[in-house]
Amino acid sequence: MLRENQRRFKFDWLTIILFLLLVGFGYINILSASHVGDITSYFDTSQLYGKQLIFIGLTFVLIILILSFEAKFYERFASLIYVVAILSLLGLFVFGKDVNGARSWYGIGSMTIQPSEFAKFATALAVAKYISDLQTNMQTLKDQIRVAAIIFIPALLILLQNDAGSTMVYLAFFFVFYREGLQQIYLVVALSLIILAVLTLKYGIVISGIITALVLVTRYFLRKKKRASVLQYVLVLLVAIGFSYGVKLFYQHGLKVHQQNRITIFLRLEKDPIKLEQMRKREAYNLIQSEQAISSGGLIGKGFLQGTRTTGKFVPEQETDYIFSTVGEEWGFVGSSFVVILFVLLITRVLYLAEAQKSQFSRVYGYGVASILFVHFTVNIGMVMGLIPTVGIPLPFFSYGGSGLWGFTILLFIFIKLDSNKINEW
Amino acid sequence: MRKLLLLTTVILVGLVFIARLFYLQIYGGYEYDVFEDSAIKKEYTYPKRGYVYDRNGKLLVANQPSYDVMVIPREVEPLSDEALDEFCRLLKISKEDYNKKFERAKNYSPRLPSPFVSQLSKTDYAVLQEKMWKYVGFYIQKRSLRSYQTTIGANVLGDIGEVNRTIIEKQPYYKLGDLIGKQGVEKTYEKTLRGVKGIRFIQKDRFNKDLSPFKEGKLDTLPVPGKDITITIDARLQAYGELLMTNKRGGIVAIEPSSGEILAMVSGPSYNPNLLVGRDRSKNFNKLYKDSIAKPLFDRGLQAMYPPGSPFKTLNALIALQEGVVTTEERFSCAMGYRYGNRKMGCHAHRSPANMNIGIYESCNAYFANVYRRIMDKYDSPAEGMDNWSKHIKSFGLGNYLNNDLSVGQPGKVPTAATYDRGYGKNRWYTTFTISNAIGQGEVLATPIQLANMAAAIGNRGYFYTPHIIKEIEGEKIPSKFTTPKHTTIDKQHFEPVVQGMFDVYNKGTANMLRVKDIEICGKTGTAENFAIIDSLKTQLTDHSIFVAFAPKDNPKIAIAVFVENGYFGSRFAGRMASLMIEYYMKGEITRKDMENFVLRYSLEHEYQKPFSNEPFGINRQTTLEAIDEKAFQNLLKQKAEIPR
Repeated sequence: MLRENQRRFKFDWLTIILFLLLVGFGYINILSASHVGDITSYFDTSQLYGKQLIFIGLTFVLIILILSFEAKFYERFASLIYVVAILSLLGLFVFGKDVNGARSWYGIGSMTIQPSEFAKFATALAVAKYISDLQTNMQTLKDQIRVAAIIFIPALLILLQNDAGSTMVYLAFFFVFYREGLQQIYLVVALSLIILAVLTLKYGIVISGIITALVLVTRYFLRKKKRASVLQYVLVLLVAIGFSYGVKLFYQHGLKVHQQNRITIFLRLEKDPIKLEQMRKREAYNLIQSEQAISSGGLIGKGFLQGTRTTGKFVPEQETDYIFSTVGEEWGFVGSSFVVILFVLLITRVLYLAEAQKSQFSRVYGYGVASILFVHFTVNIGMVMGLIPTVGIPLPFFSYGGSGLWGFTILLFIFIKLDSNKINEW
Repeated sequence: MRKLLLLTTVILVGLVFIARLFYLQIYGGYEYDVFEDSAIKKEYTYPKRGYVYDRNGKLLVANQPSYDVMVIPREVEPLSDEALDEFCRLLKISKEDYNKKFERAKNYSPRLPSPFVSQLSKTDYAVLQEKMWKYVGFYIQKRSLRSYQTTIGANVLGDIGEVNRTIIEKQPYYKLGDLIGKQGVEKTYEKTLRGVKGIRFIQKDRFNKDLSPFKEGKLDTLPVPGKDITITIDARLQAYGELLMTNKRGGIVAIEPSSGEILAMVSGPSYNPNLLVGRDRSKNFNKLYKDSIAKPLFDRGLQAMYPPGSPFKTLNALIALQEGVVTTEERFSCAMGYRYGNRKMGCHAHRSPANMNIGIYESCNAYFANVYRRIMDKYDSPAEGMDNWSKHIKSFGLGNYLNNDLSVGQPGKVPTAATYDRGYGKNRWYTTFTISNAIGQGEVLATPIQLANMAAAIGNRGYFYTPHIIKEIEGEKIPSKFTTPKHTTIDKQHFEPVVQGMFDVYNKGTANMLRVKDIEICGKTGTAENFAIIDSLKTQLTDHSIFVAFAPKDNPKIAIAVFVENGYFGSRFAGRMASLMIEYYMKGEITRKDMENFVLRYSLEHEYQKPFSNEPFGINRQTTLEAIDEKAFQNLLKQKAEIPR
């Protein structure tokens, strides 16, 4: 048996080092992206980089706090934490403050706090708690609906507060559910629906319907054994066509104009190349600027504080959602790849640790952490490089902002704490 | 399996991202070029362009400030109708012009500056400058334009104009709207004259506001002023030459034989160099450019290639002596021409038989036909003879580019055996086929500058310096190719009899009425037949009048070639003009007023109209002299009086 004081430091230091590297490199890039004129003092709190330094300082207080609680605390109070998070989201409708059209912030003096950043770990805890319950069987529809409800509530609240990007993050839990026994068919259906949606938007309902029919017919003839009835196949086809209509209607009427434009530009739905180009210039200014900034970085970048587009603040939101464009410009291919690799390492490390957990609660939670980080990483960097449509969510540990940094820190360090406790599980 | 879904997805996404980064930053990424970076504003300071002085230190070309309105289309904010009206009024353009110019600038590049309205006058600039803040995306760029201190020498001095896109692509130093030498010394000494422009790099922000010097101004450079140059032209002689050429077409090139320096380089018709300065430059340039009849931009002194005619005979005499195929005293008879086979090359009435001296000053065709045959027949085959002859001729700078510092030129033509092999088939031609070369017709072509250089080489008794126009560059040596003599293939001792012959052209021969008191001139008249296509018929026009001379006989100070289109026989116009030029250069004034009056008074314009008259017309003997009216004549005399001392 390890003695108490030895056990206290039995944290996964690799994860912590990756975390520190990300936060540190993130700070350097925020400094570049946000400085105006010469940097007189790193602690100049009238500047964003000064504030971020304070946020980082407070982060360490937070870490110590998180690690000093008993690991059991998080499992025990998971439901309570979840309820508090939901209440804080609900409170926004009454006390919230509008920033850029989204009602996602509480204003306390000059500080603002974004509860949706904290709702993520709370939801992850609640999901872990529910799934790890011995009564729960993810194979049953009843539990599937209940666990879906756990993520649906915060997701809906955030959507109502006009923060579609953060809502999307909750799709991350799909990976968790799948790991914990959700049937394969969901994965197949989900992928099929994504492909069908894209086909519908790009080529219209008729063609996507024909393609669906062809796929179904092929499947029908390939499957000699246990073949479902023709009627069922027809039903599936009808549902698919119905879905296509739904997608079309949603695209045309359900989306806000700017969201619609983002998809139009991304899928090149506008046939006239000149109009498309004009639209790109008008609607995708951020993307054009960020791609230009990244491209101009070349192999090794222009160097710290030397990015001309960063210094000129050509990319709007470059210290928050578009921080990766600064990395691209000032640190080039080498620096940007380094960041990508750091994230991949961090996420896979968390996954590895999660799989090594003996308690199901810790494993599910760890999976949740990895999934949330993964979605943020994919959506953010994918968006900045023009690989997916524009969705405004921050890059974990990198983007400027206290709520985000703290939310991700709490998310990660609760897991580090849980992980450090795995020996005591028995 | 379930464990692997997220793991593989994460790794896959990581790989896709790195591939995308590779595509953006390395594959599709370009070499970083600060000039392409729209985040960095480039501000240019244009240096003073070097001045141009004549050989006597007279200032010919200086500078004047000019203001261009530049536009960066992407940064332009839409103007209200009122503001647009005012802007157009200030720029003196119509609204349609505004839209057209704006579209053109945008098509070139939305983010690089293009000139919007070039070369505002000082007063327009003063008014506009006050209001410039209203027009976002437009700014005023100060440049330096040329200010000609003279009205002569347009073909010599050349002009500067905006660079075109082809130049920008080849020479990235130039940016749209920059000025570059287009013709004359402005073109050949562009790099010397222009200096190097200074540049300041300024970091801009998204709203196009200046933030700070880029990299603390480490990349900024100061302008390097252009160097002044002195050209070899004698402005007075040039002015006088242009005056003599008034109402005529043709070229005069005068060279100082002891140095190869070009003293004058006249092309008629000429134009005032000030036409190509300022906002009307392109309008005026187009007018000159599109005049396909008078072709004022065609430098006849440098580019016009003609059969040299009789002056070429002197070279055949020299070659014959060098090859030892005749002696100076050997005589050939001339019965009004030279018969070969059943053909005849005509000649005029003169003493016969002729020795070399008589042959030259009487310009006897039969004499030179005989001499030419001797040169050719010295060798076993006409081909060998022809190549040997060709080599001698080329050593006088004929048949090839002079390789000098003038912006235009032509190689002329000197045939070789290969020329005739191509025409007739190998070894299927004889000396008689080429006999016209004996008298400078046939396959020989030369430009006036080549003939002037030939005269210089004869005057120098066997060598010349490549004719050039640069005399001095501030703090620089002129290229050594202009200071090293080039030797002809003729030995020095063979020149005396030929020089004597040319001297006797003035004493007893075809130019005896052109003599100048106290100056020993050696010269040779020439006439060149020429043709034009009229209604798809080859029609003969009045002969070109040609004269080649140098003076004085020993240690010549000036060698000159004059060529007047359709001027008829050599001494009629070209001879007179050469004689006047020599006198003007050597004495500084003209003693023979009647000769000067003749040249100034008589115009050849009617001659040039003939091919376009749609009527039958007479040439040579049938032409008459037509005088200009008295007022115009007095005007020319006044111009002459105004040539500064």
